[in-house]
Amino acid sequence: MNFRTFAAFVGPSVFMMLLFIAFPLVSVFKQSFYVTQPIYETVEVETCTPGFLTQTCVTEEKSIPKLDEHGEIITQTQFVGLESYRNVLEPERAWRAISEGSWSVLSTINFWKALRFTLTFTLITLPLVIGFGLAIAIVINNAAQAIRGPVIFVSLLPFIITPVIGALSINWLFRGDGILTAMLEWWLNRDIALFAQAWTIELLMMLYRVWHVAPFAAIVFYAGLQTVNQDSLESAVIDGASRWQRLKYIVIPHLMPLIIFVSMIHLMDAYRVFEEIVGFSSQGYVISLQWLTYDFLVPDQAGNRSISRASASAMLTMVGIVILLIAPLRRTWRDHKGGH
Amino acid sequence: MKLKTLILAGAMSVASGAAWAACSFENPVPLKSLSAGFEAWKAVTDAMAECGNFSASLDQEFREKQPEAFAANPALYQIGGVSNATLVPLLNAGTIRPLDDLVAKYGQDLLPNQLIKVDGQTMAIAMMVNAQHLMYRSDILADLGIAEPKTYADVLAAAEKIKEAGVVEYPLGGTFKTGWNLGQEFVNMYLGEGGEFFADGNMPAINNEKGVRALETLKAMTAYMDPEYLVSDSTYVQQQFQQGKIAMANLWASRAAAMNDEAESQVVGKVKMAAAPMGSAAPATTIWWDGMVLAKNMSDEEADAAFRVMMEGIDAEMVQANNDVAVWLNPAYTPGELAAGAAASAEAGAKPYPASGPMGIMHTALGNGLADYLTGAKDAQTTLADIEADYLTAAKEAGLVSN
Repeated sequence: MNFRTFAAFVGPSVFMMLLFIAFPLVSVFKQSFYVTQPIYETVEVETCTPGFLTQTCVTEEKSIPKLDEHGEIITQTQFVGLESYRNVLEPERAWRAISEGSWSVLSTINFWKALRFTLTFTLITLPLVIGFGLAIAIVINNAAQAIRGPVIFVSLLPFIITPVIGALSINWLFRGDGILTAMLEWWLNRDIALFAQAWTIELLMMLYRVWHVAPFAAIVFYAGLQTVNQDSLESAVIDGASRWQRLKYIVIPHLMPLIIFVSMIHLMDAYRVFEEIVGFSSQGYVISLQWLTYDFLVPDQAGNRSISRASASAMLTMVGIVILLIAPLRRTWRDHKGGH
Repeated sequence: MKLKTLILAGAMSVASGAAWAACSFENPVPLKSLSAGFEAWKAVTDAMAECGNFSASLDQEFREKQPEAFAANPALYQIGGVSNATLVPLLNAGTIRPLDDLVAKYGQDLLPNQLIKVDGQTMAIAMMVNAQHLMYRSDILADLGIAEPKTYADVLAAAEKIKEAGVVEYPLGGTFKTGWNLGQEFVNMYLGEGGEFFADGNMPAINNEKGVRALETLKAMTAYMDPEYLVSDSTYVQQQFQQGKIAMANLWASRAAAMNDEAESQVVGKVKMAAAPMGSAAPATTIWWDGMVLAKNMSDEEADAAFRVMMEGIDAEMVQANNDVAVWLNPAYTPGELAAGAAASAEAGAKPYPASGPMGIMHTALGNGLADYLTGAKDAQTTLADIEADYLTAAKEAGLVSN
């Protein structure tokens, strides 16, 4: 293919990627070093609000943003360096907690609390997703041809459900005297409150995530299973290899590139865990890094939002993902080089 | 169930629409409104729609859209529904119109306390008030010989008796969901203790005796509540009441009507409305109002029409047809038993919610930070100190506190 044709094909998507991914990223990066704020002046204001039957009037000092001649709020933007990162990471508090060896204090600082959960969540769900994905793929592969279609469809269902809706359904099934909690209570004959402590919520979140993502892994692995060399399998059978040995020495090495691929996708997705926090409304016990960014970004009733800290937190999340991806990327790189 | 309610609601709005006299004038100017989406707003916007050429957006995300929509020129919505807190960003940005001329022209039916005045200028028209107040199962308290609780000490004592008697699953309910709801609970308690949120220069001032007392009361209450209290919002508490699972709660007046809703409630006629329990200084609650504002960026002709439509929306006919939906500010409103709690709280001296820019940040910091105390991760002083630190960081970033 000559360069012109290549450029004509690739051009639009490069342009889109620059416009929708690279530029926003650069802008977020820049915003994390600047703070934009209105200029406030303190004025005495009398405000009257309805009481019952009469009005309550109070005069108090209020901070009111200054407006320019067009009626726009005057804002100033200033370079603050790493200030926003410091505000998110709270290094002094974190360091004090670490040097005192107090884990419980460290885990009450928002960023570190979120990081702790995000990492646990990502690293625990990863092997489970791979394991269940592989198991489902093998089951599908061994199912009779006639029922294979329906089996694939049923096992894909959890993946099709919108994540927030799925998380909400689990919430409703287990919250308070939800159907499943009521069943558990009846079965174990004791009172159960699954949303009253952190670990049960975390467990439910991980269960939900594995249930949701395992079908994706399964369908990828199932595709991989179609290309396993049948001759090697047959000769293994003749050599008296057990089912387990065939899986361990032939199937899994063959699927390894796909396992790495699924792991990478899952690491990226799970590190950005968010729907579970919102769906389970678990903010009181458990928060994630992505939720922290969102919380900075949502305006409060008076319209304030922390754009700079949100940008810093988003950047830190990205750095985290990159660090997590180093291991699988290096492996792919090595395999790739070895292949030539 | 959902479908049935929808059909019912549809049928009712058709029926009530027919029952009302049509709008007193034909509105020639196309108008749009953006407001929250609860029951009262539906009633009001339906009445406004009778004047023609009017469309309403009832949107739970209204507070994120309103500031931008009103800043546009011409404004994307002419009429906005606000509460005392959501008025702040619009006031700050100067995107709403003083209403004094229109009030003089068309506002003869308004009560003086409906006019929300800022520095002498009328900036909004209030239509209803809302407050959290005590609701309790009169049958249970009467059976156990407990008098109506007046203070939080009474509430806790009553809760203990109810727990011993074991007549309901949990003696208390509470809107303790982490975030806005939990922040609001602290605001109620702290104001009840007579606390001030800010010192000079918007510096936080909650880490004190009163703050600690407010926290301790909140924690004492959780012992009698569903252990999943950190996820329970107003709707959840309302359902707990309706299903007879709780005996007392400090709940919004706007939820009172649901207690007697035959279709949902198993406790019709058994829930009594009372004043919010007293803190050491005032009733532990805040008074909120909901009302309407007009955008600045529109022609005088539009503003004229918008104000007249607005007046139609909150006129006596609408209030009579929807008497129990809210605590209306209108001479035609007959305060029934359902409004008794809000009225009694106001009479006992409940304060209005102290809405302001810094308070918005404080409310968020409280909502996010209180859970650590209730779950036992931090003691009271540390919790309050951390909330103050959290507030300071955000307030500095917003420019409200100088570095």
